[in-house]
This record gives sequence, structure tokens and C-alpha cells, in this order.
Amino acid sequence: MLTEQPNINYIKELSGGDVEFEEKMVSILRRELPEEIKTYLKTLEINNLEQTAEIVHKIKHKISILGLEKSYEFTIQYEKELLNGDKSNHEDFFKILTTMSDFLTK
Amino acid sequence: MNCLIIDDESAARAIVEQLCKNEGTLTVIDQFSNAIQAIKYLNQNEVDLIFLDIHMPDFTGFDLIQTLKNPPKIILTTSDAKFAIDAFEYECIVDYLVKPITLERFQKAIEKAKKFTIKKPAQEVTGVNGEAKEEESQLYINIDRRLIKIEIPSIYLVEAKGDYILIKTDTKNYTVHSTLKKIEEKLPKDLFLKVHRSYIINLKRIIDIEDNSVLIAKDVVPVSRSNRSELMKRLNLL
Repeated sequence: MLTEQPNINYIKELSGGDVEFEEKMVSILRRELPEEIKTYLKTLEINNLEQTAEIVHKIKHKISILGLEKSYEFTIQYEKELLNGDKSNHEDFFKILTTMSDFLTK
Repeated sequence: MNCLIIDDESAARAIVEQLCKNEGTLTVIDQFSNAIQAIKYLNQNEVDLIFLDIHMPDFTGFDLIQTLKNPPKIILTTSDAKFAIDAFEYECIVDYLVKPITLERFQKAIEKAKKFTIKKPAQEVTGVNGEAKEEESQLYINIDRRLIKIEIPSIYLVEAKGDYILIKTDTKNYTVHSTLKKIEEKLPKDLFLKVHRSYIINLKRIIDIEDNSVLIAKDVVPVSRSNRSELMKRLNLL
């Protein structure tokens, strides 16, 4: 999972060469992901795992947009675990978030 | 086809918008990040097709469908394949797209939408025979951005309270930002009557009438002189 690297292949496939769309998508991800990570950490800290699962659900779509297939499968499971009160996979999930952030801030 | 996109995620809305643009025959006329705003729009405008996210905070895509009297064709967009079975319960749902949506799968859904005809629900057919339609016996009220369903026959009293109205039902009371005039238009005239400028009562729930007041459940409601004759006309007097 951790060897996966984010990419914008999916965005390019949808764009059909529409650069404006590609820029718009990257801009949305760049703008929203840091805020969502903050919310994720905050809800996790106060142990509101239902809200944590909610924000993980939102981030999950961004993971798939960036082509992280294995991470996406991992996150589906992690979201379910959070809803069951289990946050033990936080560290692995946070590595995914860091990989995405690094990619988007390059 | 005129389309609407409803999704709380801006990235998801941008993707569906782009897919519509690529497709060529679809015009996105508006987009909404929450269901309540979309319902307000749909109550005043017609669209051919909605791309609807299921998993939204406060008010889900399925809640939205249940709120609409005559829903248009709907393509569900979701990250959760687990809702697919629920989708079959709605006549208006054309297809079910799991995110991330691919070009091929989107195209297939649009082809289905073009051929798709919404079947009339059975309850509308029974309505023609003089029976009350199910949707007409329900009222949705907006409280803290949630649309709450109330069974109309359970309402026994509505009272004006400044800019708000107090709706009293058998199980619960609701304070809603609205006017007595607005709710009067939504309530069946054969069942409800305005007996005072501040009160609408459910005629079937009257316990007794004394002078210029009516006892409804535990509430004593004043009857204004101008409304008294209409009230008396509506009663099955011996």
C-alpha cells in the first residue's frame, strides 16, 4: 500500500485535454485536503469516531481520484472500523494522507 | 437533458460536471452541495435528470427522493456499493454509479437514462379512485435544516407565535418558522379549520365546544365571532 504513488491519470482521463478542468481539480484537492486532515485529527483527538468516519468518507473519494487503489481499499475498511469504534489503523491511514499532501504540494 | 448535480463534495460535483460536458447532450443547469437547497430549487423548477449523492450529512440522497412529490430521473453517485439494493425500491432511479466514476460507466448510465421511463407508483393509481394519496397525508417541516415528516391526521392544533407557528401533534410539538396562512394552504380543508386568527384546529379532534372556545386534546382554543358560524356549519349537529 505504502509503495503506491499518487497520480493524476484519472483526472487526465476525464479531462480529455481540458487543462482548465485538470487545474480546477488539483486546486480543489490542494485547498480541501489540508482542511479535511485538520478535521480528521481533531475529531480523532476528541474520540468522536462517527465524525472521524464522516471525514474519512470524504477523503476516501480524493484517494481514489489520485489513483491510490490499494489505499482506497484500505480506507473503505478503516471507515468501517471507525464506525465500530476502532481507530487502531490511524497511523497507516495518516501515512496515506501525508503521501497525498506531499504530492499535492510539490 | 437538463441536469442537476447534488453532492456535498466539490470534487465530486466537478467530476460529474466534466463527464456531462464530455457527453455532449447533457446541460448542467445547477449544482447543490446540500439536499435542502436542492429541494427548494426542485419545488420551483423542473429538471430531466439528477445526479444525486447518497452519503450527505444531515439529509441523505434517499431522504431527498422521499421528499419529492414527482421525482425526475435520478442517477445515484456514491462511494458505497452497499446502498445498491435500496436503490431498487425507487421507480425514479435509473442507475447507480460507484465513485470514482469512469467515462465508460457514465456513458452507459446516460444511455439508460435516455431510454428510461418512470412508472407511476401504485399509490397514485389508487388516488384516482377517490382514496387519499399517501403523500397528501404527510407534511414536511423544516427544522434546523432537516425536513421532518409529520402525518397530517396526527396534527390537532396549529398556533401562530409571532414569526413562528407551533404545530401540536399526538406525539410531539414542533416550532417552525412559517405563517398560519402558509400551513393553512397545505392542510386539507375538509379536516382543518381556522377558528381564530392565531389558531387552526383539526375538526375531528374536537372534544367539546363551549361559548367561544373549543377543547382540543388538553388545549382550550378561542373561536372568533367571525369564524364561529363556519365552525358550526362544519359540525354534524343533532
